Amino acid sequence: MNALLKFYRRDRHISRLVIMLAGWLIFMAITCFDKFFSIRNFPTIASVIPEYGLMSLGAMVCMITGGIDLSGVGIANLTSITMALFMKSLPDETGYVTPWMVPLVLLMAILCGLCAGAVNGTLISKVKIPPILATLGINQLLTGIAMVITNGPAVQNIPPVYSSMINNKLLKVVPGKRGTVSGLIPVQLLIFVAVVLLIWFLMARTSYGKKLYMIGTNENVARYSGLKVDRMLIKTYAMSGACAALGGMIMLANYSSARADYGSQYTLQCILIVVLGGVSPTGGRGKISGVMLAIVLLSLLEAGINRFPQISSYYITMIWGAVLLLVMVLNYFAENPIRKRR
Amino acid sequence: MSEYLLKAVDISKAFVGVQALDAVSLDIRPGEIHCLAGENGCGKSTLIKIISGVYQQDAGYIEFNGKRFTRITPLEAIAMGIQVIYQDFSIFPNLTVMENLAFNTELAAGRRLVNKRRMRTVAEEALSKINFDIELDRLVGSLSVAEKQMVAICRALMFDAKLIIMDEPTTALTRKEVRALFEIILKLKEQGIAILFVSHKLNEVFEISERFTIFRSGKHIVSGNTSELDDRKFSYYMTGREFDAEPFRPRYEGGECVLEVENLAIEGAFEDVSFRLCRGEILGITGLLDSGRSELALALFGLRRSTGGRILVKGKEIAMGSPRDAIEAGIGYVPEDRLSEGLFLPRSIADNIVISEIDRLTGALSVLDFRRYRQEVEDWVRALSIATPDPENACSTLSGGNQQRVVLAKWLACKPDVLVLNGPTVGVDIGSKHDIHRILQRLANEGMAVIIISDDLPEVLQNCSHLLIMKDGRIVARPDPGSTDENTVLSHML
Amino acid sequence: MKKKFRKLISRTEFYIALVFLALCLLIQLRSGQFFTPNNIVDILSALVVPGIFAVGAFMVIISGGFDVSFPALASLTSFVTTKVLLDAGWQGGVWLPFLIALVLGALLGAFNGLFIGYFELPAMIVTLGSSSFFKGLMQGALNSKQLAVIPVGMRSFGTSALFVAKNVESGLTSRMPTTFLVLAGVLLVTWFLLNRTMFGRGIYAIGGNPVSAHRAGFNVRRTRFLLLVYVGMISALAGLCRVCMMQQMHPTNMLGMEMNVIAGVVLGGTAIIGGAGTLFGCMLGTGLIVLVENSMILIGIPTVWKDAFVGALIVIGTGISAFQVNRARRAGLRNVRKGAAL
Repeated sequence: MNALLKFYRRDRHISRLVIMLAGWLIFMAITCFDKFFSIRNFPTIASVIPEYGLMSLGAMVCMITGGIDLSGVGIANLTSITMALFMKSLPDETGYVTPWMVPLVLLMAILCGLCAGAVNGTLISKVKIPPILATLGINQLLTGIAMVITNGPAVQNIPPVYSSMINNKLLKVVPGKRGTVSGLIPVQLLIFVAVVLLIWFLMARTSYGKKLYMIGTNENVARYSGLKVDRMLIKTYAMSGACAALGGMIMLANYSSARADYGSQYTLQCILIVVLGGVSPTGGRGKISGVMLAIVLLSLLEAGINRFPQISSYYITMIWGAVLLLVMVLNYFAENPIRKRR
Repeated sequence: MSEYLLKAVDISKAFVGVQALDAVSLDIRPGEIHCLAGENGCGKSTLIKIISGVYQQDAGYIEFNGKRFTRITPLEAIAMGIQVIYQDFSIFPNLTVMENLAFNTELAAGRRLVNKRRMRTVAEEALSKINFDIELDRLVGSLSVAEKQMVAICRALMFDAKLIIMDEPTTALTRKEVRALFEIILKLKEQGIAILFVSHKLNEVFEISERFTIFRSGKHIVSGNTSELDDRKFSYYMTGREFDAEPFRPRYEGGECVLEVENLAIEGAFEDVSFRLCRGEILGITGLLDSGRSELALALFGLRRSTGGRILVKGKEIAMGSPRDAIEAGIGYVPEDRLSEGLFLPRSIADNIVISEIDRLTGALSVLDFRRYRQEVEDWVRALSIATPDPENACSTLSGGNQQRVVLAKWLACKPDVLVLNGPTVGVDIGSKHDIHRILQRLANEGMAVIIISDDLPEVLQNCSHLLIMKDGRIVARPDPGSTDENTVLSHML
Repeated sequence: MKKKFRKLISRTEFYIALVFLALCLLIQLRSGQFFTPNNIVDILSALVVPGIFAVGAFMVIISGGFDVSFPALASLTSFVTTKVLLDAGWQGGVWLPFLIALVLGALLGAFNGLFIGYFELPAMIVTLGSSSFFKGLMQGALNSKQLAVIPVGMRSFGTSALFVAKNVESGLTSRMPTTFLVLAGVLLVTWFLLNRTMFGRGIYAIGGNPVSAHRAGFNVRRTRFLLLVYVGMISALAGLCRVCMMQQMHPTNMLGMEMNVIAGVVLGGTAIIGGAGTLFGCMLGTGLIVLVENSMILIGIPTVWKDAFVGALIVIGTGISAFQVNRARRAGLRNVRKGAAL
């Protein structure tokens, strides 16, 4: 009991998220155990998470520096569109495309994301445009360019090897329809987990991570302490851009097409996830574990509600909003215990 | 009518387990200038907030004008004539002087609509009380610190104030401005207004107050007439310790010259500044707030770009583009304002100590070596005797003196050849001040070159081996600290 | 005189007005169609809805926060209003729909205000959550669908015109919608509130320094609460105007407007940290964005370029004003020094 209490007190915010998650799992177990806790349900959930999960990671690092990145969706879509067009130009007359081009394309996508993010970072650190406006403008600009390139409709008919490779599921143990066997672990999830581990490593184990938190805590002091603040900001926004670009590539695989306005709801959704995960909007505070919990919590909420056919899936946004407000109010009461004031 | 305007009797107040005030008392006579002194965290501000009704005391009572209160609301306090001028002046930088002056009365009168003409008359009347002349339509954000303070004082006077509480009013003022402020305080006294002057600066207490009260860690230590107070007693009351100041005697032999500054200038700030500094020396640079001393410090650390002249470290010219350049050349800088420039308050003491040298504590791929990290932190906490149970605690849990030691540790950890300190003991309690001086002297004797930039004259005279005096952006004198006195230095500064 | 001129050119509004004029002239030169009665009326009528939204967003930014919930709030209130009146078969005038929308707007605004004012939570995060909540409430709980028919009172209000402007050369005509009066009314009332009431000055004061505002005797919590109620009400008005003007209720087509509206407000010289800005500048900035969105066709740029142009406008516009602010700050430092030396 004491150990539990100690665990709870170590990070109350994360503990509350854990409790909510457990509560939801128990609720689902009672109401529709078979449907929800099925081995088939898991890969479906796990293949969608990376889309916004990756963008949320980017939003997280930016918010820890005290800024905000609203350009994720724009970067994701422009990247996936250019990469889709690039891939479409690849096949020779026989229509064959070597599978080796998939990692190459992913690499190029990351590069695109890095560049776009670096532009954000430069506007913020050198021109000193407030982050919210700089990234908002860049988002609009990139979406606009994507619009111009595609003229509106989706880019389709990309080489199937791409989708089949990214959409593949490993560990063939899940019974599928008509006797087929499908995999348990989607490749998208693997990519996502790799990025999560990389960012966790950067933040918790390297000097970059320490500096990131310091800049978020107080940029001025960081400057006085000899940190290269401008360069750090550019790096961080570039990293966020790369995450978003990868997210875009996963959307490209999931939908087998790319469009200028895919996933536009993700902009605010990512911010919501990050704040729900306990990252302080003023910077300097927040952990990747909290953000991961928030991602899992929200996707399980979504998946769980989808198990009730009588409930419209639109309820999900309502519940998201409610959960965010609830967590904020809980934090408020935790930080300001009710006492006689005045 | 009782003898006292304000009597606070046996006031106690605790915050979540911490006893901020322990049965303290304070009394002020009508029309008196009373100084409340004490080190940071002694409970001064808590008492002010109780008197002005922001907090409510746990025990004790307040008597004002013969009326006894067990609790005061902010509105009652204002209605009775108690006004507080906070350190940040409580002004609105984005609004005009007129609005800043008139809001309080308008709100107190419960007005819902804005009447520009009435507000203007109110504001003019307020300014006329101390004959302060300023354009009413200017934005307060564009005023100088002293002007902002005047606006705050005018505003306080509008409520038939009987008692004005000034919380550390001189912190950001130049010497001239402090004079002007003191004149106004005397003028207010003539009008029968009592002033409670909160400060921890000895010379101000002597100069302006008639009576004083000193608190130490939430307890009332002594009250009395200022005429009966002297230096030694003052520091003893403040700290509970006795100090023997030891003048600096350079002991480091054969120090090579590490820093040369030649004709350094920043347009509009200072010009033609040259000096040499060798290992084992402590150079003091003093001057008024507007003499260019702070800009010189920033230029030495790459925070402001110089527009002329050059800086040589160990004979090599350094292009100072950013603090990183300075650090790599072997210069460390302890900034003027600990809170906004020196420390990451919410972060751990450990992180604060190592942040500037963090790249040295990493292995391949800039992975942190946590063993070395902890070792380094432990070493510095011990070396500077920083009082904390756990270096993982946030810096904000430390007292001012200990915080300043953390800043020192951060720079010493970079192993600089030259350490520049801008106001090293501002806002630091007397005990820590002595300790910091001792540390600086020891560092010099171990071969570091130290620059102390300060307007605390006893500090520079006692601790420096050389002294530069700046005025209007130029060096005007280079006296020998051992054979000069405060008045001579002061005459050069003014 | 010289002083006045100096004051004029130090303001962001001045530059935005210059850009605005330059753009008008450019369009006129390229197309010869800008300064025609019908084009100007078209632009004014396109300004109505974003204009009203901008006033609300502007007030929240002045108080030192960001409201991103107004499109969701407007959609929800106008959907409920339209739906209820349709179901009741309301045949009367337009006053009832406006009344219902105002009451609902006030209620939802109070919901925001409760969190922002009384729990002192950051406005941006709260409205992010409430935006999600409102959206989910509308689409999930109320199962909103497009309403192709709207009550007759609203329909006739939406089609009624103050006057009809005619282009003599082309023979094209444009109606000046009566809803423009709503914008004018909102501007008038808001101007009065902000400049002639202590409530409005309180909003500026809180944006400048909330702690000082409290000490000066402003009721900070109540002011913030009432502000959000008022913003809820005018946002609801904007939503209803939109429905009337479009002659149908489309639940989602207002969503996503928030970022452009906020960008317009900030372009108009409103300080994003709060406390500074004028209604005039706010309208100029919004007008600039509306102008770009609506006039591209006149100078022969295909509409797919719209987003890219608005994005570029935001980046360049905020870049210029950031540059201005930095220069002013540096100059200010020098002046303060001079002042101290005297």
